[in-house]
Formats: sequence, C-alpha cells, structure tokens
Amino acid sequence: MDLGLNKMDKPIDKIGMLGKKNRIDDKKNDETIPEKILLKVFRAGGRVRDFAHFDRFEVPVQRWTTVLDALLYAKSYQDSSIGIRYSCRMASCGSCGMKINGIPRLACYTKISELAGSTITCEPLINFPHIRDLVTDFSQFFKHHKEMQPYIHNKNADIKDTRKLSEFKQSPEDVDKYLQFSNCIKCGLCYSACPTVATDTKFPGPQALSQVYRYYADTRDDAIKERLDIVDERHGIWRCHFAGSCSVVCPKGIDPALGIQLLRGYMMGFSKNEKKIAELMDRLSEE
Amino acid sequence: MTLRESQIMKIHYITGLAALFVVAVHIIMRLIMPFNTSLEYGNVIANYHNILYAILLESILILIALHGFNGVRIILIELRQNKHWENGVTIFTIIAMITIVAYGTRTIIMANGLGFE
Amino acid sequence: MASRNFNTLCTSGEKILMEISKERNNNDRDNREGLKGWLNPSRYGWERLSYWLQRLTGVFLIVYFIGHVYETSSLTRGLDAWNAMLQLTQTPWGHLFLILVIGTSTFHSSNGIRLIFTHAGKGLGRPGRPDYPYDAISLNYRQRSGIWVALILAAVAMLYGTSVLFGGK
Repeated sequence: MDLGLNKMDKPIDKIGMLGKKNRIDDKKNDETIPEKILLKVFRAGGRVRDFAHFDRFEVPVQRWTTVLDALLYAKSYQDSSIGIRYSCRMASCGSCGMKINGIPRLACYTKISELAGSTITCEPLINFPHIRDLVTDFSQFFKHHKEMQPYIHNKNADIKDTRKLSEFKQSPEDVDKYLQFSNCIKCGLCYSACPTVATDTKFPGPQALSQVYRYYADTRDDAIKERLDIVDERHGIWRCHFAGSCSVVCPKGIDPALGIQLLRGYMMGFSKNEKKIAELMDRLSEE
Repeated sequence: MTLRESQIMKIHYITGLAALFVVAVHIIMRLIMPFNTSLEYGNVIANYHNILYAILLESILILIALHGFNGVRIILIELRQNKHWENGVTIFTIIAMITIVAYGTRTIIMANGLGFE
Repeated sequence: MASRNFNTLCTSGEKILMEISKERNNNDRDNREGLKGWLNPSRYGWERLSYWLQRLTGVFLIVYFIGHVYETSSLTRGLDAWNAMLQLTQTPWGHLFLILVIGTSTFHSSNGIRLIFTHAGKGLGRPGRPDYPYDAISLNYRQRSGIWVALILAAVAMLYGTSVLFGGK
C-alpha cells in the first residue's frame, strides 16, 4: 500500500501516516481533520446507573490533539467536575484507559485525527467496577495480577543478603524472550476487551496470564511448576479462547494472546521448555 | 476422581479431532447412493446391521457427546461463578452425556439385531 | 488460587479501597459487559469474529445433535414411525436446515483445527522487541487466512449440500 511516504519531507509526517493495522474505526487517510469536535463524556455518580448521562462539549482540535487534551480542555474551560484519571500523558503509566468510540484505548495515546467522525464518545472502561464518570476501580485487576506471583522465584538467590551483590547472567537473546511482556503498564485495556472477563469474575484476565508467561520465559525464574499450578484450573488459563481482542487494544505491543497461547502449548505438551536457568554470579567474589 | 482442567481440555481437543473423521464417514455413507434412497427404511436398517457401522455410530455418539457437552459446560461456567451453579453444571453435563449416549446406544442395539427387519 | 498470600501483599490503602468498592458495588460483577460482550463480534477484528462464530456454531450443533439422536430413534418404533419422521424432515425447510447444519459443522471443524494449532502455540510467531505501530504478531496473515479458509470451506460444503438435497436424483 503506497502511503506516499517518499513524497514527505519530514520524518514526523511519515510517522503520522503509520497506524495500527487491526483497528476498525480509524479514519481513512484522505479525510480532513475537523476544527471542532463534539466530545460526549459519560457522567455518573457512585453507581453506573445513578443519573447516568452523557455531557456534550465542543472542543477545538488541532493536528496532534489527543483525546486526553480534549477532555482536559473540557475540564478546564467548560466543566471542572469531570472525573478523569491521567498522569504521564505519554502512554507510560496506563492511568487514562477508557472506552473511546466503543473501543478501550488510552486517552493520551489516541489522537482525535485517527478517529472516524466528529463526535468522540468517552465512557469508562467496561469490566471494571465504576467509581465516577470516567474513573474505574482497579483493585480486582491488581488482585488477579498479584495472585500470579509476579516476581522472580529463584532458590539460589539470597534476597536478604544485599552485600553479596549477586548477578544473574542473562544474554540479550534470553532477554528478548520475555522483554515485550515486561513492558506491561497495567492499563487494563486488555482486561476490558476480553470476552471471557466480560462474564467470568474468577478469570485472571489477559494481563495476569501474560505475566505468568513473562516469568515462565524468564531464565532467572525457576518456579515453573508452581506458576502453572496456579493457572491450571477451571477459571484459569483454559478459559482463554484466543479471541485476540487483548492484543488488538494493547498500546505497548505486548500481545498477551501470544503469551497465553505459548504457555498453553507448553502445558499441553506441544512445546518443550528449553529454558536454562540463569547462572547466578557472585560479583564480590570475582573481585 | 476429579480431572484437572488441562486433562479435560486435552479430552476436548482429542474428541473434537476424532469426531471429525468419524462424522465424515457417516456423511459419506449418505452419498454412496442417491440421497433419498439412502434414507429409506430398509437401507438404513441394513446399515445398522453392519457391525462396523454400528461401532462407528457408537463412537460418534460418545465423541460428540463428550466434546459438545464439555463445550456447553465451559460456556455455562463462564456465565456464573458461585459454588451451587458450578456443581450443578458439572452434574448436568455428566448426566446429559450419559443420557444421550444411553439413548443413542439403545437405538443402535435395537436397530442392529434383536428381531427387527 | 494463591489467595492465602494475598492479604499480606495488599497495602492498607488498597484494603480500604477494596472495602469501599465492595460496599458500593456489592460484587465484582458490576459493570461487566456480560453476555453482550460475547454477542457483539464487530469491534475487535478477525479473531473475535472467529470466537463468536465458533461458540454460536457449537451451540447450534449440540442442539442439532440432540434432535438428531431423537429423530433417528424413530427407527426403533418401526417403518411407520420412520416414514412419519421422514415426512417431517425431508421437506424444503428441512433441507435448508440441513444445509445450515452442513455449513456450521464444516466451519466449526476447520476453525477448530486451526484453533487446536493456535492453542498449542503454533503459527503465532515468536516474542520479540515490539516497535511502533505495535501490531500484535499473533494476529497475523496465517490466522486470518485460516479463518477465511474455514468460511470458504463452509460455503463450498453448503453449495454441495444444496446440489445434493435440492438437485434431486
């Protein structure tokens, strides 16, 4: 597909033309960016059904305006009572996840120019208990993550003796095996998109399960059997059906679906675990 | 004897794959002669009298009952997660499997021998 | 689950938030999409569509299976019962229903075989370093083609079934 990249002078124009392949409602390349858009923001009190309604704000936009910029403009100049959670503004903290035009996205990472139409609808993330307006409760999400024991288990590593300064020997190839899964910012978009999470309260969700793969693939971790016992149950990894929605919405390119299927392949005996546990070097003794 | 979920899923995949082959043979049996003729009473009974075909039908029954009702079980336990519901779904699945296999086997046995023309 | 360790991992602030959230929301089921999440396949691409179709065809087929086992048991009641059953099913509507069964079983089987490979981790690609625009490697052309193949096979099977059932020999 010829995007006319060669005709563009500045690298920044080229980057602007790239877009995620799997999105559905993105704007086609030849549509112009409107000068004003209508922002529809979901407003509700303590429970979703309390006075739930949409407030409409007209917001001026420019080429790089993000949905977060638009929301903060509405909050600054039109209605300061909008409840919104955000922090880094650069897709690094994972705070600003919300449903934008029906799909879970990060508000800071979604440009108005990449959305179709001139009405942007912002709703809180689905599958999370609702607190207020666009803010949802992440405690169940974090609980699932913690149940997976997301830390390195290694019998040889003595975490109490800090004077030893031990170091695991890990090559760049070893790191590449799990690196993309360690980029997770816990934004919850995958949890919101997953069809199993939509009905199953005990399902850990794609984020937690992909973290199990992250520790399974990490050569420093030697507790494979314990980790797999945690997820090998009725509402565990087997309730994933590879609907792939988690991978479509992930803003960091983690591909949780890949991690989960690779882990299942190992659990079913289709692939062997070729991992060699990383050697623990005692740095003090070398000197 | 409780099965681990990974063992149940292995059964699910294996029965699915195996059922594909036996059902394909079952369908082909309807195509070795003109379709309407193959459904005539006499021809159908002749099929049942063939012991190999009877075994084929029995295996279809068992494999599809296992695969299908396990699928229904998975869908149902994803809908609700309290203890009563999950136990009820497990019991329902097992009873449904046994019932349908028993009922189908009754048809096969009665149609195969035992005095029917 | 490893919930025995859970309380020691929570900070006191999180415990308070969880209490408030429990009071307000009564259970973790609040604001879950529920069945609607299953029924709308249009938002997230090919794999979601395949998931939706696989479930739908599976439920349809198990219902058909139960009906089929009952319908064929009319053999045991003799020639008249069997012919009465044939009167009911060998009609244009009956044929259309059977064609639907052919299509759904072909799709369910072919997509199911593709899913067995995917669930085994084959055909998905290897983990690597993600780069902008962060496309997921598991949602690749191989999987998309597999879904298309399943749909095309189902269509071909339905066409063949139509020719046999309505072709009339």
